[in-house]
Amino acid sequence: MAKTMPERRGSAVLGVDAELARKLLHDMLLIRRFEEKAAEAYTLGKVGGFLHLYIGEEAVAVGATSVLRPDDCAISAYREHGHCLAKGADPRRVMAELFGRRDGLSKGKGGSMHLFDRSVNFLGGHAIVGAHLPLAAGAAFAIKYEGRDAVIVCYFGDGAVPQGEFHESLNLAALWKLPVIYLCENNRYAMGTSTDRALAQTEIWKFGQTYGIPSEKVDGMDVLAVREVVGRAVARTRQDKTPSLIEADTYRYRGHSMRDPAGAVYRTKEEVEREKQRDPIVMFRERALRAGVVTEADVRAIEKDVNDRIDEAVAFADASPEPPDEWLFTDIYKED
Amino acid sequence: MAVMTYREALNLALREEMRRDPRVFVMGEEVGLYEGAYKVTQGLLKEFGPRRVVDTPIAESGFTGIGIGAAMLGLRPVVEMMTFNFALLALDQIVNSAAKMYYMSGGQFNVPIVIRGPGGPAAQLAAQHSQSMETYFYHVPGLKVVRPTTPMDAKGLLKSAIRDPNPVIFIEAETLYPVKGEVPEDPDFVIPLGRAVVRREGTDVTVIAYMGMMYRAIEVADELAKEGISVELVDPRTLRPMDVETIIGSVRKTHRVVVVEAGAGFAGMGSEISAFVTEHAFDDLDAPVERVTGANAPMPYARNLEKLKTPTKDKIAAAIRRVCNANGS
Repeated sequence: MAKTMPERRGSAVLGVDAELARKLLHDMLLIRRFEEKAAEAYTLGKVGGFLHLYIGEEAVAVGATSVLRPDDCAISAYREHGHCLAKGADPRRVMAELFGRRDGLSKGKGGSMHLFDRSVNFLGGHAIVGAHLPLAAGAAFAIKYEGRDAVIVCYFGDGAVPQGEFHESLNLAALWKLPVIYLCENNRYAMGTSTDRALAQTEIWKFGQTYGIPSEKVDGMDVLAVREVVGRAVARTRQDKTPSLIEADTYRYRGHSMRDPAGAVYRTKEEVEREKQRDPIVMFRERALRAGVVTEADVRAIEKDVNDRIDEAVAFADASPEPPDEWLFTDIYKED
Repeated sequence: MAVMTYREALNLALREEMRRDPRVFVMGEEVGLYEGAYKVTQGLLKEFGPRRVVDTPIAESGFTGIGIGAAMLGLRPVVEMMTFNFALLALDQIVNSAAKMYYMSGGQFNVPIVIRGPGGPAAQLAAQHSQSMETYFYHVPGLKVVRPTTPMDAKGLLKSAIRDPNPVIFIEAETLYPVKGEVPEDPDFVIPLGRAVVRREGTDVTVIAYMGMMYRAIEVADELAKEGISVELVDPRTLRPMDVETIIGSVRKTHRVVVVEAGAGFAGMGSEISAFVTEHAFDDLDAPVERVTGANAPMPYARNLEKLKTPTKDKIAAAIRRVCNANGS
């Protein structure tokens, strides 16, 4: 009988220990379930306006945040629930914000596209494409001005790349050596416009080279790969006070927003189904199980905890009252 | 008191506030090495160094956004627009980021930034460099908008703007930079935002004007005094928030109002003042509110056309005579 090689197992193989593996899985699943519940709440009329779901892209936010310190900042566009949750915001308050309630992160005044949480250094959801890239450079400017060694991660989509502010920000961040990591979530479509219909250079990471910024591309469906690449960038940015550009190859399963059901017009069902085969949560879970770093019991416990927390978030948001009428006129001007 | 130019008063305000608060820094095109396109930032690089006097390339949206982001984390940027015409390139950052951040974050992130520079009509600078820019900003909740007429106001209001925890649009005028006036040297001297000033007391008519138009109105008031018309001159100084109380108080006294503004009149400052005077003091008015505004045309280059576009002393005097019914009609 031939002697079989023992299967390679353990934390050394996976690259992360059990505690971190459980956290990565937990955080990705939390975002997934949060977004599924948000979609459900939208169809029930509890969430209004625009709702942009992050489903499919969880590995980017979770992988990137896993290499940040609490004093590091993050900022994002309008598909930001995942980034905000990953940074540590309370899901109950995020859900309450989506519901337009007084206990929401932004007191119900911001909504899905304008989540802010100062307590975890999340500098917001910004809904004009490209506009938060200079803001990120500005936060980095302040960090450097104060002589701190924190960094800021700026998430943005491929849709921001043709905007002038992408290029202005990369130029200024490189020129002034600002500690900002520009992390492009290339999900291949700016709303319904595919990158090849929007960009003369579809290899987005290459724009960084033009500005002398260390740049790389990463598989955005692989949470460990994101961790490694962003981790490298964060270390470099923190030490050298230079910006970085990372292009994460990712995919959104849902439409651009809830008003764009699955994005049927500009992409095929086959494409969507094919992309789901590299689901970041399933892939990481299977890998961690195979490596023996997490167990089936761990997975069940994580799923239960996540489901409980999301149920709790919905109950909290449901129970939170609407903001009082007089709040219409508060927070317009800060008093001295 | 010292006598200095409007430009020097602004420079002194910047220096004093930079000495007072290490979070204050100046950023913009040519503010450092070149010492300012209009020399408002002269000597600042030498005194404060490149960390706090930051030369930018030509990228208004980019560096304004950087100022706003830095302000979100507690710095106190003073961003110079070489001229306010260029602020249109940063309009999204000013309107959608700076003005609304405090509100849409539910009070978590205020934006203590000053965006300053010259604006308004100048001499033969034509359509893109000679226009009143305040209208683009004072419509927006969350912004404060200042137009300082005198060197003293320039200093006192700029200091208040820098200390204010909100975004302040501070529009100077290149035609006023060389104007001299008395300025308090006390570094604690400030003029609060949102307070108008009565520049001259009068009894027959309230003339509301600011910047170059105020200087014109002063000359007109001198001339009309010889005809026995007593003009009260009110300068709002801050356009948002507007000091409605002072303006209405003056209207209740004189019962007649003329608003002078350099910009094209449609939906301008005169429209707004006219509306709230009607709302608050209709019964006090003895004549309809008159507006003397720039013509509804882009600014032309040719001298004669430029003059036609502009509210001249003759036009101001004629309007005052009309509301005072002094034309014998």
